[in-house]
Amino acid sequence: MTYLEVSGLTVRTAGDRTLVRDVSFALDRGDRLGLIGASGAGKTLIALSILGLLPRGLRAEGRIRLDGTDVLGAPERRLNRLRGRAVTAVFQESLAALDPLMRLGAQVAQPLRHRQGLRGKALRAAVVAALESVRLADPERMARAYPHEVSGGQRQRVAIAMALACEPALLIADEPTSSLDTTVQAEVLGLLDRLIGRTGAGLLFIGHDLAVVAGVARRLLVLDAGQAVESGPVAGVLSAPAHPRTQELVGTARRLRGALERMSP
Amino acid sequence: MNRTLVIGCALLAPIVALAAVSLAWTPYGPADTTGGRLTPPGAAHLLGTDRLGRDLLTLVMIGARTALTTGVLAVAISALIGVAGGLAAGFAGRLADDVLAAALDILIAFPALILALLVVAAVRPSLFATVLAIGLAMSAVLARLTRALVKGVLAQDYITASRASGTSWPRIVTGHVLPNIWPALSVNLALQLGLAVLAEASLAYLGLGAPQPDISWGRLLREAQATVFTSPISLIAPGLLLAMLVAGANLAAQGLRLAADPALRVTR
Repeated sequence: MTYLEVSGLTVRTAGDRTLVRDVSFALDRGDRLGLIGASGAGKTLIALSILGLLPRGLRAEGRIRLDGTDVLGAPERRLNRLRGRAVTAVFQESLAALDPLMRLGAQVAQPLRHRQGLRGKALRAAVVAALESVRLADPERMARAYPHEVSGGQRQRVAIAMALACEPALLIADEPTSSLDTTVQAEVLGLLDRLIGRTGAGLLFIGHDLAVVAGVARRLLVLDAGQAVESGPVAGVLSAPAHPRTQELVGTARRLRGALERMSP
Repeated sequence: MNRTLVIGCALLAPIVALAAVSLAWTPYGPADTTGGRLTPPGAAHLLGTDRLGRDLLTLVMIGARTALTTGVLAVAISALIGVAGGLAAGFAGRLADDVLAAALDILIAFPALILALLVVAAVRPSLFATVLAIGLAMSAVLARLTRALVKGVLAQDYITASRASGTSWPRIVTGHVLPNIWPALSVNLALQLGLAVLAEASLAYLGLGAPQPDISWGRLLREAQATVFTSPISLIAPGLLLAMLVAGANLAAQGLRLAADPALRVTR
């Protein structure tokens, strides 16, 4: 049975405006699906629906099966058991995604303490190990720092360490590198790629930048105005984009690449 | 410790000391009138006596105790009701939240002193009634503040991120919501301490505070009115202490805020 199955997902506002319409896809452990589309295409809403964290006032219909559990309409307690272990997420803005008043170590410790029941020395060791696994230099010092004291790339590494601390079966990465500069972005993507490869988790990678998403994902699902307009293996979608929106995305990426190549000697 | 907090505590310290000492020792008994009426300050009576012949230092010391007790208890009541109500409203669904918000707005529209007057009028005047009245009147403001702060924190990405990693609601509240609203809340609580002391003095000044034999700065001020030109010290002593306590509470509030926010600590 597939680990995550989304079928006919539709998200509406209380005023009956449809934000996501009839989106379906499946994702297994070890699989990597890229969800791509412009801002406002409904990418994040799909992520939040899977986590059962849609903001109040938004309604999800259809069916989301995660590890054999129906997410939509499930009671909070059952959802909470899934979050962190079956699925977890890394979000775009690392400064906003970390509690400004909590030391980084304490934030990484939170899921470890609540999920794996670690305490005292074992907990501290696990926090340091988690920070080491995301290649942070001097993890002891990092654990004592507050979010505003470290760089954006370091923060995003901490957020990844926090998400992967309990070895989730599925990671949702919602534009995890959009707020980082290009070099740091490449490092963080490489890190994410290695970690996911090591744990064998499934990855739902959300982005608006085709070059980034295609580099990480194996399959693509293109969203336009809340609807899935095209899907398939990365190579297929890139070589023969069928939908105008996909053609536009591919065209933009190609033009950028061409411009870069013309400039380099 | 920052300078603001130090100055605030320095203003509060002598009042706390006066109140603490008054528990064990006062120069005279509060009902002792052997000093003669309106004796000027001297060796026997450091601050002189009032028009009934009571030792002013004794009265002011006991007044400090009354002021601090009222202030702390009123803030405790306000915090208990206000923070609990604000949290409930912050988490409530839209309808319950709207109802609560409207009720709070109506409560806040009443001047706090009038609200306190109503409560005191409804029950027999006593120190407890005063404390309850002031605490209730202030809790509405605190509830609305808490509600707004909670809503602000709940909308933050780190709440979503924390929930995505499987943190339960009770742990979100204790681990993220309360620590993040605490800086703003603690400032307000300290400000309210000053306001509560002022309100107690105002009620006592109006003759609606705790009746005899309780002693309050407010009633000392009221009694000193008649003799303000012959014996200004009986007005100045309680008035100055009242101002010190309120200013001290406000400065301590500001200092606390600076101390609680790690980002401010660095940029300051």
